[in-house]
Amino acid sequence: MPRVIVLVGTRKGAFVLESDAARRDWQLRGPYCEGWPVYGALLDPETGAIYAAATSEWHGPAVWRSADLGRTWAHSSEGLGYPEGELRLSKLAGLALAHGRVLAGGEAAGLFASEDGGATWAVVSTLDGLPGRESWNDPAQQPPGHLGLAGLLPHPDDAARLWVVVQGYGIFETGDGGATWTPRNRGLRADWPLPADAEVGFCVHKLVLSADRTRLYQQNHCGVHVSDDEGRTWREITDGLPADFGFAAAAHPRDRDAFFVVPLDPGHGRCMPDGRAAVWRTRDAGASWQRLDRGLPQQHAHLGVLREGMAIDSLDRAGVYVGTSTGQVFASADEGESWTEIARYLPGIASVSVAVLE
Amino acid sequence: MSGVDVRLPATLPPLFPGLPRRLDLEVGSVAVAFAVLDERWPGLRDRLCEPGPRLRPHIVVYVDGERAGLETRLAPGQRLDVVAAISGG
Repeated sequence: MPRVIVLVGTRKGAFVLESDAARRDWQLRGPYCEGWPVYGALLDPETGAIYAAATSEWHGPAVWRSADLGRTWAHSSEGLGYPEGELRLSKLAGLALAHGRVLAGGEAAGLFASEDGGATWAVVSTLDGLPGRESWNDPAQQPPGHLGLAGLLPHPDDAARLWVVVQGYGIFETGDGGATWTPRNRGLRADWPLPADAEVGFCVHKLVLSADRTRLYQQNHCGVHVSDDEGRTWREITDGLPADFGFAAAAHPRDRDAFFVVPLDPGHGRCMPDGRAAVWRTRDAGASWQRLDRGLPQQHAHLGVLREGMAIDSLDRAGVYVGTSTGQVFASADEGESWTEIARYLPGIASVSVAVLE
Repeated sequence: MSGVDVRLPATLPPLFPGLPRRLDLEVGSVAVAFAVLDERWPGLRDRLCEPGPRLRPHIVVYVDGERAGLETRLAPGQRLDVVAAISGG
């Protein structure tokens, strides 16, 4: 019987939700990681290890690892840092597992990799020389904290290939393991002044790859977009959604045309519109959208979902999981048609991921 | 107490099995105290210092009640407080 493991990263540690393939009854465990803020948590299906990218306000960034589904943990930041006098690693903003490596994205923007299961780390790249690199590291041009490398999307079949997202600047792709990078933002929209031929300056919130590896989707600060040429050009598919703004996104595990987003009001609130909770799904690559709200609260539900706040499992009828910044986890075992609340009163949720263990 | 009376923040012992809140160390400076602790509990210095090394932004040290830094000298009988300050909530 498969075990379905949902990992929840929150402002006060990581939590584990576990169920079987029916995904009806859930057991909650946690908090883990000593209550450190966790910005990404992933389970490696190959080894069964859980990794959590965390940053303590006092004790700095570290990646935590559990080999027993959360019962015991170790942590390390050996090598997680920039050389003295250059950049400062204020936070771990992204996490990915691929090809036997653990990858972490930092604020300030940089990519780290561990070849030994998170015990030691090395800087892969700080994207030197790329357009925008000097300004995203300029303290005068930054919001509180740093702009970071918040998105990490390894190619599942090619270990040297990876897309990353620098907050406020956009997507960069490498095909040689991080030695060289190319901006991949053509066709994206910005609601702020940019040169007509701008290669960077776009605010990509979440980038995902379709199951057949032929299509990229993204939720941007300005709309939802799709690319059928591996990110070289983008086309907007926002029409039909209640807002162009949002953070989270998830691609269906088998259907390349199916994709999920959580539209949010774009102002200061950044909550689901009108206090009515909904996830939105397309099954035709953005030609049309369906509002999915059965079982979700429809009154005074001012819920936010952050960029890592949605995940989708690989079971035959895919399960969708959404974690809110007010500590609820909603789950659907039928591809978003109906929802149940499987956790509440958690600390604010930064990340949700799911893995199926056979 | 024959050495320096070292007091650590409550957030630190859960990260390092066996680490007490209070230790007696024969050390000549704050930096050496952290180095000695790091030898016994590998990774501990990273939790208190950034590359440089310099103290992390919300880690504060006091020697006999006076604000101090990594280079501050220590002598037997003195007290070193390491405080996790002004964060959280």
